[in-house]
Amino acid sequence: MLEIDDLHTGYGETQVIYGLNLRASAGRVLAILGRNGAGKTTTMKAIMGLLPATRGSIRIEGKDIAGERTFDIARRGIAYVPETRDIFPSLTVKENLQLATRLAPANAEWTLERVLDFFPNLSRRLSNGGNELSGGEQQMLSIARALLMNPRLLLLDEPTEGLAPIIVRQIHEKLSELKAAGMTMVLVEQNFGFATELADDVHVIGRGETVWKGSSADIVADKAVQKKWLGV
Amino acid sequence: MNFWIVQALNGLQLSMLLFLLSIGLTVIFGLMHFVNLAHGALYALGAYVGVSAFALTGMYWGAFLLAPIAVALAGVVLYLGLIRRMRKAGPMNQVLVTFGLIFVLLDITRIIWGDLALSIPEPQLFTGRSEVLGVAYPTYRLFIIGLGLTVMAGLWLLLSRTQIGAMIRAGVDNDQMAACLGINVERLFFIVFCIGCALAGLAGAVAAPVLSVTPSMGTQLLIPVLIVVVIGGLGSLKGAIAGSLLVGFIQTFGAVLAPQLASVAIYALLAAVLIFRPAGLFPAKA
Repeated sequence: MLEIDDLHTGYGETQVIYGLNLRASAGRVLAILGRNGAGKTTTMKAIMGLLPATRGSIRIEGKDIAGERTFDIARRGIAYVPETRDIFPSLTVKENLQLATRLAPANAEWTLERVLDFFPNLSRRLSNGGNELSGGEQQMLSIARALLMNPRLLLLDEPTEGLAPIIVRQIHEKLSELKAAGMTMVLVEQNFGFATELADDVHVIGRGETVWKGSSADIVADKAVQKKWLGV
Repeated sequence: MNFWIVQALNGLQLSMLLFLLSIGLTVIFGLMHFVNLAHGALYALGAYVGVSAFALTGMYWGAFLLAPIAVALAGVVLYLGLIRRMRKAGPMNQVLVTFGLIFVLLDITRIIWGDLALSIPEPQLFTGRSEVLGVAYPTYRLFIIGLGLTVMAGLWLLLSRTQIGAMIRAGVDNDQMAACLGINVERLFFIVFCIGCALAGLAGAVAAPVLSVTPSMGTQLLIPVLIVVVIGGLGSLKGAIAGSLLVGFIQTFGAVLAPQLASVAIYALLAAVLIFRPAGLFPAKA
């Protein structure tokens, strides 16, 4: 589904990623793990075209999208739930959602109705401003908005960051449901337990490149890798 | 009493002109962080096109219709030729280029229309005076106030009730996230830029019968318009409305009540807002 080879990218003069390789397969969940500053969020932004790839390729089902504009990449069916959630504060919850339904085909799998069934909390908040939500509600809205893009690939950057344990559990349930329904996901996560329970495959990023690849079970069993690259 | 009503109407009329100019500028600012100092020159261009359109059609309404269209077309040329290339050049370069553009447009108007002050007569429909609140007030100025209020209402509906309005607000909030939802923010910016230019052109044509049309009319209004944008807060319709009313009324009443202080008054207001509300009164970004 998603194949990244020899990716080089960063912020202006500051290069962060040096020759990263990544494989995410259709219908599976890939977790990207690594310490703070390893380049996980940078990789996500590069996939969305928010940061330029100075070298290397990013292919979606074989098509190289490196260098394409962000809105074209989004229209290819890649939805992004950023670390900062990025709810539009001047829009109501409903408007935040409607913005994502704009490009949906008539027979779209995810509709406003279905998303509100999936996150019932949001249906009570539809007329609230985007800036009036709790952290958990913002996260659900951000995921709901991404689902309304009817993506073939869902990118999630730290979906549990700063949330109460009970909300983390809710998000975990929802993402597990999506996984069971066959959604392809790439997940960046600091919460090792959360990530390895949800993911099939794991890539570890360190110093701007992929330093370890394997399955969730492998990394849970491999204390040496955890210690060396994650400091768990 | 009559004095206050007349001055209030004068203030309102100036506020509407300031609003027509500042709304385009502030949304462009907010959406793309692009500083277009040539916006005032486009207003002057609108007035001159209005003069020619009047000469051509013999009708005020010819000017009223053709000036916004011509200035929007000038906006398309500016955008494709210059602004699109300057998008990533940083604010300093944008300020320099659009500052230079002021002089280019100034000289173009001089070459085509000359240095003498020109004007357009009022439309026959709105000549003479009308009674408002017990005072006789020029009908055409009332028309300017009505037009400004209509445009305000129209833009409010557009921004708050339509999908393109929601897209514009989303783009002002966070252009990167808007792009992640498949919105072509650059094209949105182009549309907003053209609407802003058309409104500047409209303001020029509407002002032509009450102010004299001179090459420097754009630069005279540019500073108050920039102050409106900063006081109101970048990118917001509410800010443009509040800023226009404040600056319009302070300028009008300052000029009649305390002429020696009038020129300082709006700068004092600007300084006060920057100290107590650095983001402006109604910033689009919370």
